[in-house]
Order: sequence, then C-alpha cells, then structure tokens
Amino acid sequence: MSKFKKKKGGDLPPVNTASLPDIVFMLLFFFMVVTVLRNNELMIKNELPKADEVEKLKKDRSVFIFAGKPSPNYQDKFGTEGKIQIGDKFTDVSNLQFALTEAREKLRPELQDYVVVALKVDKETNTGLVTDIKEELRELNMVKIIYIAAPGSQLDPK
Amino acid sequence: MARRATPEVNAGSMADIAFLLLIFFLVTTTIEKDKGIARQLPPKQEDDVPPPPLKQKNIFIVSVNQSDQLLVEEELMELKDLKQAAIDFLDNGGAPSGSPEYCSHCKGKGDPSSSDNPVKAVISVQNDRLTSYQMYIAVQNELVGAYNHLRNRESVRLFGPDFVYTEVKNAINEGKYQGNVDAAEEKLKQIQELFPLKLSEAEPKKRGE
Repeated sequence: MSKFKKKKGGDLPPVNTASLPDIVFMLLFFFMVVTVLRNNELMIKNELPKADEVEKLKKDRSVFIFAGKPSPNYQDKFGTEGKIQIGDKFTDVSNLQFALTEAREKLRPELQDYVVVALKVDKETNTGLVTDIKEELRELNMVKIIYIAAPGSQLDPK
Repeated sequence: MARRATPEVNAGSMADIAFLLLIFFLVTTTIEKDKGIARQLPPKQEDDVPPPPLKQKNIFIVSVNQSDQLLVEEELMELKDLKQAAIDFLDNGGAPSGSPEYCSHCKGKGDPSSSDNPVKAVISVQNDRLTSYQMYIAVQNELVGAYNHLRNRESVRLFGPDFVYTEVKNAINEGKYQGNVDAAEEKLKQIQELFPLKLSEAEPKKRGE
C-alpha cells in the first residue's frame, strides 16, 4: 500500500553548476584570441562611406592610412581641415613618402613587395586630399590600394 | 595523532573571476570588419608621354562636381541610374558583326555611337577637389557594380549557374572555395578579359580652371 506513496519533498534537484566555470573559460579564451588591442589611437573623425561591391582585406600585408578632420578634442590644436594620420601621428602630404616607407618596413620582409595600402578615409573628406595621397603612392610605386568601406549601400537610406 | 587533511580551496568564486575577465574582453573586442573596394593605381609616368589614342565613343565620362552632382555623358544623372547607364555603355557592342572588334557576347543595343567592345570601352571619372569622399566611393562602387554585374552574367553563361564571378572570387579570397582553385582562377581570368576593368581617373580640376 505504502509502496506507491508519493515521496516527500518532490522538489526539483538543483542544477549542477560545476561546469559553469568551464563554459565561461571557453568563452573567455575565444574572446581573448580574437581580440586585437588597438595600437593606434585615432585622432581623426573616421566614419567610413558605405559600399557593397567589396573585397576582403589581407591584413598581414597592409599599411593603413587614415584621413579625416581632427576629432573634437584635437581641433583647437590642428584645426578642422582634413588631415592624414599614419600610425599614431599626423602626417603632412610632403612627409607621406617617408612615413609610408617606414610603415612598410614593419611588415614581414617577404610580404613587403605585395603591400596593399588601406585607405580609411572619413566620408566628409574632400576628394582632393585622397588624390594627393594617391599621387604620393604612385611616386612610391605602392599601387595596390583598397578603399575601406562600411557594409551597406549609399543608395539605401538605412 | 590523526593526520589533518589539507583544506580544499574554495573554487566557488572561480566562475565570478572568469566572468569578470570575459566581460572585459567582450567589451574591448572589436571584430575587424575591414572590407573595401580594391584598386590598382596606374604606375608613375613621364609627363611627355602622349595619351593612347581612344575613340570618343569608347569613352564614358562621369564627372562629379563640388556639390556632389553627377554629370554623365553631359547629362545630369541620379546616382541610382549610374549603374544601369554604365552597364548599357559597356555591354553595347557597337562594332558591326564581321569587324575585328565585334563583340559576340554583348547583349546591348549595338548603338554605333556608343562603345564598340567592352575591351575598348573606358570609363573616365573626373572629380572636383571638393567632391566629398562619400560621393567618390559611391560612384566607384556603382561602376564596380556594373562590371561585376556583367562579369557575373558571363560567368553564368560560360560556366554554368553555379559559377557566379563575384561569389567564386570571394570564396577563393577567403580560402573557402570547394574544388580546384587554379582552374577556377583561370576561369575568372578569362572573364576578366571579356570585361576588363578600365576605370580611368582624370586629375581633379582645381578651382578657377
């Protein structure tokens, strides 16, 4: 009779959380591996234009050039005209060749001949500045460039 | 005397520490999303080299002024119509059949006053120095889009519906292409020869010229 008596205290057993640290550690390692700490602080406004016919950039062989107007906390010092930034400092068009050669030398030697110059230019910059950069690049014979763009389309207002 | 067992380290807070680190890395992570329009600049040239002779009808002139307005072949145009206009120009195939420049794969109108053959056709972009970079990229994007549209069409026609030019190219770039990469690259090259990317950029005009 008492065989089928319901057990006392039919609470749910507590969920075993012993493996929680393992799961969290796994996530942690994932993020640690994919994290790239920014090594150059941007001193310019850098809102990229949108494009959808894009190709992927090969990171190991690229030199970055940033351009745009200085961000608000640098504006008293550098004005509001479009500026070029390589690494962590502003560069003038006349110094561009030197700065680029320096940046190229930081790449792996076997890739230096295949260098791709990635242009990250703010969308409000004048094209004239970009043209000046391109002229300097032609002088240096670094003719492979890529205009970095944000995904999306200019035709699409979203 | 009874041997005292070493007390166990309390690992209960391990999860908290791990969470803290996890959140730190979550916040600082910026997953790189660098993609863009790749372009090859023309090599440096001496000033006195004469430009190669080109027929007027084989040039498609796109100019952008300082207030980001488009002038295409001397007509004002909206950005959204540019891609189609470029496709029509490239795909025109104006050379009559039988002539050496005849384009057998073109599907355009065959207008004799427009381009003869995509191999001959050149798109020339003229910017003002004050054109915004946003507009510049938008124009480049539309023109590359026109080429990609035509290349995709040809690749599907020549190599079957599974071989879409842009998709295969991206797959190879990302190392995800299933199948023979060399053979696929050969095919891509073949298509590039049918529609070579000929985008010329004139020196931007300075104020008052």
